[in-house]
Amino acid sequence: MSISETTIESMTKDLSLPSNIMKTLREETLNAGVSKKEMEEIIEQVMEEYKESCIEPCDAAGVIAAQSIGEPGTQMTMRTFHYAGVAEINVTLGLPRLIEIVDARKIPSTPMMTIALSKENQEDYAYNREKTRALAWEIEATRIDHIADVTTDLSQMKLIIDLHEKAMNGRNISIEQVKEKLNEEMNVLVNISPDIDNQIVITPSEPSYRELLQLAKSIHTITLKGIEGIKRVVVRKEGEEYTLYTEGSALRDVLQFEGVDRTRTSTNNINEIYEVLGIEAARNSIIKEATDTLREQGLTVDIRHIMLVSDLMTCDGEVKQIGRHGISGEKASVFARAAFEVTVSHLLDAGMRGDVDELKGVTENIIVGQPIRMGTGDVHLVSKRREEDIEVKDECGI
Amino acid sequence: MTKFSLLDHELVPKHEIMSEGELKSVLSKYFIDKEQLPKIKVQDPVIKEIGATIGDVVKITRMSHTAGEADYYRLVIE
Repeated sequence: MSISETTIESMTKDLSLPSNIMKTLREETLNAGVSKKEMEEIIEQVMEEYKESCIEPCDAAGVIAAQSIGEPGTQMTMRTFHYAGVAEINVTLGLPRLIEIVDARKIPSTPMMTIALSKENQEDYAYNREKTRALAWEIEATRIDHIADVTTDLSQMKLIIDLHEKAMNGRNISIEQVKEKLNEEMNVLVNISPDIDNQIVITPSEPSYRELLQLAKSIHTITLKGIEGIKRVVVRKEGEEYTLYTEGSALRDVLQFEGVDRTRTSTNNINEIYEVLGIEAARNSIIKEATDTLREQGLTVDIRHIMLVSDLMTCDGEVKQIGRHGISGEKASVFARAAFEVTVSHLLDAGMRGDVDELKGVTENIIVGQPIRMGTGDVHLVSKRREEDIEVKDECGI
Repeated sequence: MTKFSLLDHELVPKHEIMSEGELKSVLSKYFIDKEQLPKIKVQDPVIKEIGATIGDVVKITRMSHTAGEADYYRLVIE
C-alpha cells in the first residue's frame, strides 16, 4: 500500500537536505508509490549517501579547489582569441581570460555586452528586425569618420567636413544634429555651408595653425551619437529572438534604452556588474564567466570549486582579486605573506614594526615545522572537569 | 522611462532584511557573532534599493547550481 503526498511530506520535512535533493526525493517516491516501511528505508539510505558525499570537517577545501582549477589551467591554450559564435566579435578566451577573472581587472581586455531585447508582444523589438537595427544604431557610437570626410583648408584656416548622405541616413542622424553636437563639444564656430549640400565648415576661435591642427585632431574623438565606448553592435538571431552583441561595454547606459530587456542584459565586465547590479550579481557573474571559459576549452571543473573562489573574492562586499593586492596580500600572518611574494620586504617591514605572528594558519606552521591546523591536526582534546570537583575547589577558594 | 527593479535581473538573487529573531536563530545555529558573517557594502545598489542600513543583516536566497536553493547572509557595512 502506497502512502500519500502529505505523509511523504511530513516524513521528510525535518531532514537536513538541500532543496533539490528533497524535491527529487519527494517526487520520485510519490511517483513510484512506496509503502511506509520502504519510505523509511529510502530516507535512511539517502541520508547515509548524502552524509558520505558531504565534505569532511577540517578538510582543506581551498587547496583542493586551487588544484582542481589549476590543473586544467595548465592544459589551456596560452593565447587564444576567438570569435563568439557567428557574431564577429573578438573576445579573449582561454588562460588569459581566466587570469583576468581571478585578478578582478577593472576593465577586461575585450569588453563585450549581450543585450537581450524586450519581447512582450509579437511586434516587440526581439521579433522585429527593423526596430532592432534602429536600436543598434542608437547604441553604436558614431564618430565623424563614419559619416564624413574631414579636410583641413590651410589657406582659409578652416576645417571642411563633407558629410555622406547615405551614411547619415543609415545611422539616422541629420546635419543639424551633427552641427549641434560639434558646437556643444568644442568651443568653436560651426556653420552649415550655404552653397554646398551636406557640408559643415568649422573656424577655430583664433586663426593660428596650431589651433587648427589641434582641432583637426580632436574632432575625430567626438562621439556624435550613441554610447561612448561601444565600438560595434552586431545583430544576431537566436531561435525566434534577435539579440544584440556589442564590442565595448556600458551596462548602465544601455539599460536606459527602450526596447532593452533589463532583466537579461549582461556584460563580461565583472566590475561593471558589481557597480550596476551589486555584489551578489558580481559573484554570479564570476561563476558564469569562469565556467564558460573553462567549458569553451573543453575542460570540466566542478562548479563547487569555482563557487568557493567567487565566494572568497566577494565575501568582503567588494570584488577582490586573488593575489598580492587581494586575498593573499590581506593575510594576517607575516610568514604567510612572505611565503607568497616579495619575501624580503614583508619580513623587513614586519621586523621594523615589531609584528607578532600568532601561527594560526597553515603556511606559517609549515614554515616553523609544526602540525598544521587541517584534518587531524585541527582536532584537539579538551578535558572537562567533573562538576563536583569544581564545586569542591570553589569552596576551598582555589 | 519606468524604473526597473534590480532584483528582477537574472543575475541578482533575492535579498531581504532579516528580523532580530530570525538573525538570532541563524547566529546560534552556526555559533558565530554578527561580525563574522560575510559583508555587503551600504553603497551596494541592491542594498540601496531594499533600504537596509549599516548593522542590518540581509538574507540572500541564491539559486544554487548544486543545492537548488541556498541561503546566504551578509552584514551591511560602511
